[in-house]
Amino acid sequence: MPQERATKRSGCAKQRGFSTATFLAGVASFLTLGAAWGVLWWSNLFDRGLLPAPWEVLKVLIEQMTEKELWLDILLSTRRVVVGVVCGLAIALPVGFLLGWYKSVRAFIDPVINFYRALPPIALIPLVIVYFGIGEPARVSVLIYAAFFSSVIVIYEGIKMIPPIYIRVSKALGASDFEIFKKIIVPAALPHVLTAFRVSTGVCWTTLVAAELVAAERGLGAVIVNGQNFFQVPVIFVGIIMIGTVAVLMDQVLRYATAHLLTWQESM
Amino acid sequence: METQRQEARERVIFKNVSKTYHGDHGSVKVVEDVSFKLAEGEFVSLIGPSGCGKTTMLQMLAGFVTQDTGQITLDGGPIKGPGSDRGVIFQEYGVFPWLTVEKNIDFGLSLRCNKHLESQRKELVAHYLKLMHLNGFENAYPKHLSGGMRQRLALARAYAVNPNILLMDEPFGALDAQTRLALQLQLMEVLTEERKTVLLITHSVEEAIFLSNRILIISARPSKILRVVDVPFPYPRTPELTATPEFQRLRLELEEVSMQQYAKQQELAAETQ
Repeated sequence: MPQERATKRSGCAKQRGFSTATFLAGVASFLTLGAAWGVLWWSNLFDRGLLPAPWEVLKVLIEQMTEKELWLDILLSTRRVVVGVVCGLAIALPVGFLLGWYKSVRAFIDPVINFYRALPPIALIPLVIVYFGIGEPARVSVLIYAAFFSSVIVIYEGIKMIPPIYIRVSKALGASDFEIFKKIIVPAALPHVLTAFRVSTGVCWTTLVAAELVAAERGLGAVIVNGQNFFQVPVIFVGIIMIGTVAVLMDQVLRYATAHLLTWQESM
Repeated sequence: METQRQEARERVIFKNVSKTYHGDHGSVKVVEDVSFKLAEGEFVSLIGPSGCGKTTMLQMLAGFVTQDTGQITLDGGPIKGPGSDRGVIFQEYGVFPWLTVEKNIDFGLSLRCNKHLESQRKELVAHYLKLMHLNGFENAYPKHLSGGMRQRLALARAYAVNPNILLMDEPFGALDAQTRLALQLQLMEVLTEERKTVLLITHSVEEAIFLSNRILIISARPSKILRVVDVPFPYPRTPELTATPEFQRLRLELEEVSMQQYAKQQELAAETQ
């Protein structure tokens, strides 16, 4: 028996998930950002009415966190994104599969998809307001649209990229079409579906804030608009910080889920 | 061995088989009037230049490609698509990265068409895990395996559903020389234990002589059988065989023929460009 090299399995735990070191580096980078902001405020280069001190914003943030209002805004915004992403993906999955699997369907639908994908969903907001008014259905329909077009392309490119060798191997072992779908296509497409999930969450979040800026009484976008209307600059800052924080947290959750579902991947 | 083979049942018959591919840049005839037979338990190699149509011949037998004219019979009947009675081994292994070693071997056994093996499923997986020297790696994912181990895994997976014909398309082509030799020896060992009818495509004359009963030398495109060589060495063969003058003489002789065809194929490739 010749000596063949096989990499040790113990090494893979470190490759995914985050270590304490990267976490501390993340904290340090935000602290540096805060310090730079403090210095900028202290330097008096900007009017202090326009650039509040970090601690003022922190004070408003803590105040708002103790009240229900801000949490309600966060909850509403998050819920809109989740509904948009879930519904958008639910439509994108079968459509993406059909496009990836059947060449003829792809040639027919590809140009249309590319047009709508290139079109920023925000451009549709005025039309949607005309159709649905400014209520919840208007916002959610824009989000479903955004989630669908951003994910369908990732899913179908993913299906298209599944190496044909897997299909041939399974056919040679006697797999039926349904078995090939269930045992090859689904697991081989999973990484791309998860990428689609992350991409569409990002796109939806951007779109949501735009939609809330235009028309919403509640939600994190509305928080910013209210701050602007009452000239409460710290409130605007709180809105911005919360939007960023929630987006980062969502992405982290998805990253974590991805790493756990795809332990088998080469480059995780 | 020799007389045994003559009496053995014919498993596969290629009779005047031709195949032309029609592409955007015109038609290419890849296989022309090929006839040969594979007897039960026989190990036959196809050697010839790349792009000459050997793979097409193997894929027709595997059921992935159908011939234009001529007949291919498998145990007396025509070929109706791929099936688990013929195990296929590819150069690029094709092990499923999302399944552990154990689950990869079990893959074929988990399919409906192999339900008759259900009662022995566990034993079969354990048996081939051991036979291909993969024990200890049951729960490892393919990303942790070397190229040689991946190919052994592909072999174990193919063996598990008990095909009686193995079709191997340059199975060791992507491996370094040392691993390649190790795998050849191992294949020899496994075939001694569980005899199969084998059709092997290879570029290596040495590999072909070392492993086969019979070698078919294939011409440049369109593929024709140029020469049939019976390999006279008895089984089981050991690496020492490759050092004997008889082996070397045969190797040089066949390499000369195959080099000529290689040059011809190069010219053909240059013309089409």
